[in-house]
Amino acid sequence: MSEPGHGADDLAATVATLFRRDSRKVLATLIRLLGDFDLAEEALQDAFKAAVEQWPRDGIPANPVPWLVSAGRFKAIDAIRRRARFDAIDGDVATAVEAIPDGAARWDEREEIADDPLRLIFTCCHPSLSADAQVALTLREISGLTTEEIARAFLAPPATLAQRIVRAKAKIRDARIPYRVPAAAELSARLESVLRVIYLVFNEGYSASAGAELTRADLSAEAIRLARLVVELLPEREAMGLLALTLLQESRRAARTGPNGELIVLEAQDRSLWNRAQIDEGLAWVERALGAAPPVTAPTAAGAAASPRARVSVGPYALQAAIAAVHAGAASAEATDWAEIVGLYDVLARLQPTPVVALNRAVAVAMRDGPAAGLPLIETVLADGQLQDYHLAHAARADICRRLGRNADARASYQRALGLARQEPERAYLAARLRDLPP
Amino acid sequence: MKYLCLVYLEDDKLHAVRDSECLAASERLRADGRVIAAEALHPAHTATTLRVRDGALTMTDGPFAETKEQLAGFYLFDAADLDEAIRLAARIPPVRAGSVEVRPVRELDPGG
Repeated sequence: MSEPGHGADDLAATVATLFRRDSRKVLATLIRLLGDFDLAEEALQDAFKAAVEQWPRDGIPANPVPWLVSAGRFKAIDAIRRRARFDAIDGDVATAVEAIPDGAARWDEREEIADDPLRLIFTCCHPSLSADAQVALTLREISGLTTEEIARAFLAPPATLAQRIVRAKAKIRDARIPYRVPAAAELSARLESVLRVIYLVFNEGYSASAGAELTRADLSAEAIRLARLVVELLPEREAMGLLALTLLQESRRAARTGPNGELIVLEAQDRSLWNRAQIDEGLAWVERALGAAPPVTAPTAAGAAASPRARVSVGPYALQAAIAAVHAGAASAEATDWAEIVGLYDVLARLQPTPVVALNRAVAVAMRDGPAAGLPLIETVLADGQLQDYHLAHAARADICRRLGRNADARASYQRALGLARQEPERAYLAARLRDLPP
Repeated sequence: MKYLCLVYLEDDKLHAVRDSECLAASERLRADGRVIAAEALHPAHTATTLRVRDGALTMTDGPFAETKEQLAGFYLFDAADLDEAIRLAARIPPVRAGSVEVRPVRELDPGG
C-alpha cells in the first residue's frame, strides 16, 4: 500500500487512469470467476466504487488490478446472497455462489488471468452470434464503449443496439457459449472470426457505410487498438497481417478527403500527407506477417499451443497488407509496381475466390497492362451477377471505359454506380466524374 | 410406434403457461409410462443453425429460416457447452444436405 493522504484530485485521476487502462482486464477475469456477464459488469462498477471509498483512507494498493478483482468478487457474492435471501433460492444462484472460488489462492494462477482478455475476445466473437452482435459486444465489453456511443458510431437507434447486446448476452448464458480460448485445432478458424469483427469495426470507421461523414477516426483507432491487443495476446501471422493492413490504410486518412470533405481516390492523393509513422509500423508488421522466421513475441499460455497451420501459411489479411505496402512504397500511382500487385492478387484470389477480389485484380491488371486488358475481366466479374448492386464494381467499369474513350459506356456505368452509392462524399465524387465526361 | 410432439408458441407467449403447470403435467404423463423425453427450450434467438458444405462447417445465429426445409428428425445431446454441442451436431449426416438447428434446453422452474 502506498501512503494515505493523496490529494483527492490525484486519487480521482489515478482511479480514472486505472479505469481506462485496466477495467477491461478486471472485467475479463470477473466474467470467468462469476460465470455471468451482467453480474461481472455490476461487480466491476462496485469494485471501482469501493476503490473510491477505501483508497483515500487505506492508500492505493501496490497491485490495484488484483485488488479490484477481489473487491468485485466479494461484492458479487454479497449481492447474490442478498438476492437469494429475498427471492426463493433457485438452483442456479446457489450453484453460482458455491462455484465462486475462495480467497486469494486464485492469484497463483497467473496464466489463467493472463488469458482472460483472450477468453473475452473469443467469446464476444463466437461464430454462433450474428456478425452485428459480435461487433456490438466486442465494442461494449472489450473496448468499454457505452451502448449510446456504439449506436452513434453505427447510426443505429440506441434501443436497437441495447437489444442486440442483451440478446447476445442471453445467448452466451442460455446456450452456454464457453468462456475459453479455443483448442489448437479450432484456433485458426475462430481467430478468423475475431479478425473479421475487428476489420468490420475498422471499415465502419474508415468508410462509413452511409451518411455525410466519410470517416470516423475514433472507430478506426479503436480497431487498430484491438488488433494490437490480439497480436500481443496471440502473435499469429494473420493477426499481424490485420494490424499491418489497418495501419497502412489508416496512414492515408489525411490524404483521402479534400478540404470540403470530398473523396480523393488513391491515384489522386497527395502522398506527402500519408502518415509516415503508421506506414513504417505497418511495413514492419507486414514483414513479420509474411516472414519465414517464427514470431518473436512471447506467446501467452494459450498462444503457445497456437495452430501450426496459421503459423506457416500466409493468409488473406497478410496478403492485403502486402498489397497496401506496395502502394505505401510508391511515389505515385504511375510509379507503383502493378506487376507485384497483380501477383499478390493472384495468390489472394486462390485463397479467397470472391468476386470482390476478382474485381480488384481486374483493376490492377488494367493498371499494369492498360484498360483494354482490364475491361474483359471486369465484364466477367459483373456478368457473374454477385456484384450487380455493388457501386464500386460499376465505378471501376466506368473508369476503365472512360480511359478507353468509350464515353457512353462510362456514363451508363457512372450513373449506375451513383444510383447505388449511399455515402455522400462518394456520390459527390461520382457526380463530378459524370460531369467531367466529354459528351 | 413413437410420436414426436412439437410445441409451438409465439415469442411473447413463451411464458403464457406457468413452468409449474408444465412440470406437473409432464410428471403425470411420465407416471403413465408414455414419455420417452420431454424438454422445454430456450427462445429461438438462442439457436444456432449449422450447415456443412464441401466439408466446411458454417454456422448462423438464429433458427433455421429455409421454408423449403422441413423437420426430418432430432437428436437430444448431453454436452458440456455449445462448442461441444456443435461438434456433435456437425456429425449428423443430413447437416451436409440440409441444416441442423442447435437449441439449448431450458430447465423448468418449479416455482415459476
